[in-house]
Amino acid sequence: MNSPDQISVSELEAKALALRRHVIRMIYAAGSGHPGGSLSCADVIAALFFKVMDHSPERMGSQDRDHFILSKGHAAPVYYAALAECGYFPTEELLTLRKLHSRLQGHPSRVKTPGVEMSTGSLGQGLSVANGLALALRLLGLDRKVYCLCGDGEMAEGQVWEAAMFAAHYHLDNVIAIVDRNGLQIDGRTEEVMSLEPLGDKWRAFGWHVLFMDGNDMWQVLDTLAEAKGHKGSPTVIIARTVKGKGVSFMENNVGFHGKAPNAKEYEQAMRELGGEV
Amino acid sequence: MEAQRKSYGRALVDLGRARGDVVVLDADLSSSTRTVEFKGAFPGRFFNCGIAEQNMMGTAAGLAVGGMTVFASTFAVFATGRAYDQVRQSIAYPDLNVKIVASHAGITVGGDGASHQTMEDIALMNALPNMTVVVPADGPETYKAVLAVAERHGPAYVRMGRGDVPVVTSKEERFEIERAHVLREGADVALVGTGQMVAACLLAAEALKARGVSAKVIDLHTIKPLDVEALEKAARECGAVVTAEEHNIVSGVGTLVAAALAERYPVPMERVAMQDVFGQSGESDELMQEYGLTDREVLAAAIKAMERKK
Repeated sequence: MNSPDQISVSELEAKALALRRHVIRMIYAAGSGHPGGSLSCADVIAALFFKVMDHSPERMGSQDRDHFILSKGHAAPVYYAALAECGYFPTEELLTLRKLHSRLQGHPSRVKTPGVEMSTGSLGQGLSVANGLALALRLLGLDRKVYCLCGDGEMAEGQVWEAAMFAAHYHLDNVIAIVDRNGLQIDGRTEEVMSLEPLGDKWRAFGWHVLFMDGNDMWQVLDTLAEAKGHKGSPTVIIARTVKGKGVSFMENNVGFHGKAPNAKEYEQAMRELGGEV
Repeated sequence: MEAQRKSYGRALVDLGRARGDVVVLDADLSSSTRTVEFKGAFPGRFFNCGIAEQNMMGTAAGLAVGGMTVFASTFAVFATGRAYDQVRQSIAYPDLNVKIVASHAGITVGGDGASHQTMEDIALMNALPNMTVVVPADGPETYKAVLAVAERHGPAYVRMGRGDVPVVTSKEERFEIERAHVLREGADVALVGTGQMVAACLLAAEALKARGVSAKVIDLHTIKPLDVEALEKAARECGAVVTAEEHNIVSGVGTLVAAALAERYPVPMERVAMQDVFGQSGESDELMQEYGLTDREVLAAAIKAMERKK
């Protein structure tokens, strides 16, 4: 494969597909987990980890690299899959997800998993952490970015908006938040459970530079992330319209697969659809 | 008499001078918590978070992920109650170098009333794995505690009151987080005080002396890790123990001491604490009397505990 600078869009798309296969294998092996929200953001994760972010396992001890916080901690499977593919730990370990004594907890843990920068899982907390990390990078004089992937359902947490206010107040233009706007949460459609729209206007009113993209279109993902990286003076949020369960027909836009593992038959079909071996 | 938070302000400035990695956050109470001293000395390393304690704790965690040693301050009721989940999830679980130093703990907040008088903060922080919990007795001990938690890895909670408290320790005395501080040796009863109740224990010990009773006084400044050795030694030496705290009796310091002694060396024990009620407005000293948190109650508890000795 090419280096991050040269990797092509089709190679990144293949990477995203590989991450999706990992996700299905991991959650099937674990017997529990959250496939929907991992599949929706697999393209964004692939773009960040295989191209956009400057990072490597050898430099975990240094702050002089790009950083990533997964605020929607339940998307741990796709995060672990990307970390393993980047060499933070062996890919064979992915199948230990959620098992006793595994380094791969149901939700990310900074103290257990190589490459995981912050423990998350209780929603709405990641952006505050990203802000603090961005401040630290500024104090250290490092021109580095902190990417924070949020869920749309967690936008209902008040702390998200406290953090939004803080980042704008301190002009944290090294923070790039991405909202995985798949439109579904456990109890149903976000607009039925707790209306978020007009979401872009909300962020704009809080002082953020707001971008939109189709978060399942690799070209758009790369272009939008590049634009966000170049923005100065205020933090940037990218609202990424995505399909929950993307890539597996019966999981797409199906809230039932927010937090449920596939059964044997479903697993086989999912793997076939993702072009993988069962 | 001296306010603990003034010592905190001084300690922060000294720390800031010695260490470039020290960053301080506050939530719109910097003139009360005295983090304003640090802000004046090192404005580039001070960040006001506004009235948003949950975000402050998360931001503190992020700064610590970035390699900083972070002090986050506000009133104790907000630091431990309002932001409990952030402290749990983003600070304690990932074991980050965030030092939560909170002022205005306990009933001595006074006029603000029960909404601001936390009687449960020690219980909340103590229940979190990885957390160090320190409750200094006075100004000099607060100064030393702040330096000590800065040196110690991981999350810490330091509890301070609002008002002036008697000075019962000195600058020169050694302070070790792992070791309870024995202020007075004795053989008949051990008075184990926490925070400003240490001063009440010393007064009670004087009153006991006048009655021919020799009381040992321990300043239990660190609740976690608990110095179980010192407590067992006191129980063996004296055969009766009294605890005194400005905190709820439920899951407070007395509970912890009782549990430790039950396992190690059970002796008759009495606990002076808030009796599982919310406080009210009033002057600090009026409230301490109203809720039975003075040397008189410590004295009465000591006599009761000694009577129960076989």
